[in-house]
Amino acid sequence: MSTNESGLSAKINQKGDSAKNATDQSKSLSSVSSARKMVDRTGSKFVGTGLTTKNVHAWFGKKHALADVSMDFASGTVTALIGPSGCGKSTFLRTLNRMHEFIPGAAMAGSVVLDGKDIYEAGTDVTKIRLRIGMVFQKPNPFPSMSIEENVLSGLKLAQIKIQNREQILQESLERAGLWKEVKDRLGEFGGSLSGGQQQRLCIARALAVNPEVLLMDEPCSALDPGSTLKIEETISELAKTITVVIVTHNMQQAARVSDYTGFFLSDNGPGELIEVAPTSQIFSNPKDPKTEAYVTGRFG
Amino acid sequence: MSSQTLDKHSQVKPLKPWSITPRELLPDFIGVLLAVVATLLTLDFTPMRGKLGFIGALFFYSMIATASVNAIKRDAKAAKNSISSLFIYVAAGIVVAPVASIVYTIISRGLAGFGLGIFKTDMGNAVPDSPLNEGGLLHALVGTIETVLFATIICVPLAILTALYLTEIRGRFSGLVRFLVQAMSGVPSIIAGLFIYAIYLISFKGKYSGFAGSLALSILMLPTVARVAEEVLKLIPDDLREAGLALGATQWRTVSKIVIPAARSGLVTAVILGVARVAGETAPILLTIGGNDRMNWNLFSGQMSSLPFYVWRQYLYGGELATSRAWTGIFVLMIIVMFFFTLTRLLSRKGGK
Repeated sequence: MSTNESGLSAKINQKGDSAKNATDQSKSLSSVSSARKMVDRTGSKFVGTGLTTKNVHAWFGKKHALADVSMDFASGTVTALIGPSGCGKSTFLRTLNRMHEFIPGAAMAGSVVLDGKDIYEAGTDVTKIRLRIGMVFQKPNPFPSMSIEENVLSGLKLAQIKIQNREQILQESLERAGLWKEVKDRLGEFGGSLSGGQQQRLCIARALAVNPEVLLMDEPCSALDPGSTLKIEETISELAKTITVVIVTHNMQQAARVSDYTGFFLSDNGPGELIEVAPTSQIFSNPKDPKTEAYVTGRFG
Repeated sequence: MSSQTLDKHSQVKPLKPWSITPRELLPDFIGVLLAVVATLLTLDFTPMRGKLGFIGALFFYSMIATASVNAIKRDAKAAKNSISSLFIYVAAGIVVAPVASIVYTIISRGLAGFGLGIFKTDMGNAVPDSPLNEGGLLHALVGTIETVLFATIICVPLAILTALYLTEIRGRFSGLVRFLVQAMSGVPSIIAGLFIYAIYLISFKGKYSGFAGSLALSILMLPTVARVAEEVLKLIPDDLREAGLALGATQWRTVSKIVIPAARSGLVTAVILGVARVAGETAPILLTIGGNDRMNWNLFSGQMSSLPFYVWRQYLYGGELATSRAWTGIFVLMIIVMFFFTLTRLLSRKGGK
C-alpha cells in the first residue's frame, strides 16, 4: 500500500495542481478516493489498485523476448510504455493480465503482484484476474453478433455475473468511455455499425463494465484517425481518476499527453529491457539514460 | 430548389468512353460469321457429321477466325491471348454441359410421372405396371426425410465438436484428427454401409431399419460438416477470442457466446451441405434399411424405403411405367438437394455481409 500512496502523491505533485498542493497530502488522498467511490458499485472497495512487477522475463519458444522488468504501477496513475517495435513492451503488457500464456510456446518468469498477491501464484483463478485487470486491444474488436448494449454487458454475461442494475452499468460504462451521448439512441444497433473510433470506445466501455481495477491498453489508437485518438485520450485522462491505466503506444506525443509515468523499453539484439522509468515530464525533458534521450528526441527508433 | 438546378455542371453528360462501338465490333462479327459458314461447309463436303462434328469444326474455325481477326486488328500477342480465352470458354462449357444435360433430362422425363398423386400413395397395393396415379413414392420420401434428419441429429454435434477441437483447442492431436477427417471424406459410401452392416446388423444382431440407415449416413456426413465447420470457424478472427478471454471469460464461455454466434450462418451452411451430400446416397442405404414398398413411419423398427432405393427398385422392374416412376423419384430427389444447395447459397450470402 505504501507504494500506492507514494505513487499517488507523486502524481498529484507532478501535475502541479496548486489547490491540491496547498492541502496536506492525506486530505488530497481522501478526496481522490471519494471520487473513486462514486463509481464503485460495491461501495466498499477502492477501485484503482496498484500493480507491481518483479523481475519479469518472457519467452516465445526459445526466444528470450523480455528480460528483468521490475515496475510499479501506482493506483490511479497512467503509465505509458514506449519503445521501438520488437522491444517487448506489448509482450510485457500481456504478461500483466496473463494473456501472454495463450501464445503457443510462451513462457515467463518473475512475479506480477496485484493487491499484495502474485497473479501467477499456483491455484490462482485466471478468469478472476482478467476481470480485475481489463484489456483494450490495438484493433477495435466489438463482438459482431451483439448489439451495442450487449457488447457493453458482454463481460458480465461471459463471466456469468448477475446483472442487477443493467441500465446503470450500461450508461455508466458508456459515459466513462465517452460514448454515451453518441449511442444512447441506438443501443440496439450492431457494434459493427459504429465508426472505428466509436468501436474502440465501445471496447473500452466493454472492458469497464466489469469494473476492473487496472486497464491495459495495447496501442489503442494506432488504427484510428486523429479525431478519434483525441477522444480516446480524453477518455484515458478521465479514467485515471478512478482506475490504474497502463498504455503501450508508438506515439511519443500521446505518451506525453496522457501519462503520468513513462517507461522506455529497448532491445539491443537481445531480449527487450526496461531502460528507464520516470515521471513523464522527466523522460521527455531530462532523461537519465542517453538511450532514452536519443529515442525521445527522435535520433533513432 | 431541386438539387438539379444547384448542380452547376449539369450540362456535362455522363459518357462511357470504354464501351465498344459497332464499328469496332464489325471484324469480330465477320470472324464469327466466317467460322460458322466454314463449319457448315465442312459438314456438307466432308464425312464429319452430327453434333460432335459440328462442335469440333466450330471450335477449330473459331480459333482460326479469332486469332486472325486479332492479329489483323492488333498483333500476335493479342492473337495468342484470344486463343487462350477461347480455350477457357470451351473448358467452362465442357464442365457446364453435362450438368445442364443431366438437369434437363431429369426434368423432362421426371415431369411425365410427376403429380400430386405421388405424394399421396405408396407402392403397397401397386404392381410395376399399375397406372402412374396408383403407385406413389410417399413411403420413400418419408424414409429419406426420417433417415437424413436422424443422421443429422447424430452427426452435427460430433462434427461441430470435432471442428472446435481443431480450431479452439488446437490440441496435440489436431494434425492427426484433421488428416483422418480428410481421409474419411474420401471413403467410398458403400464402405460406410458395409461398416454399419458389419457392426450393427451382424455384431449387434440389429435388424434392417431406418435407424441403421441413419447411422451409415451420419458416417458419410461427418467429414463434410466437420471440414466446412472448421473452415468457417477459422475465419473468426483471433481478436474476438482474445477479447472474450481478456474479459474474464472461460474458454468454453468465449466459444459458446462469441465464436459460435459469430460463425452461426457458416455453421448452418456446413450442416446443409452435409444434408445435401447424403440425401442422394444409395449404396449405404441398400445395405442397411432393407427396403420396403409400404409406408413405415417407424424409424427404429421394420424395413424402410428411401428415394434412392425407390429409384433403384423401379428401375430394376423395367417396363415403361416403372421406369417413369424411377425418373420421377430422381426428379423429386434432385429438387430436395437443389433446395438445400439454394438455401446454402442464400445463407452464405447473408452471412458474408
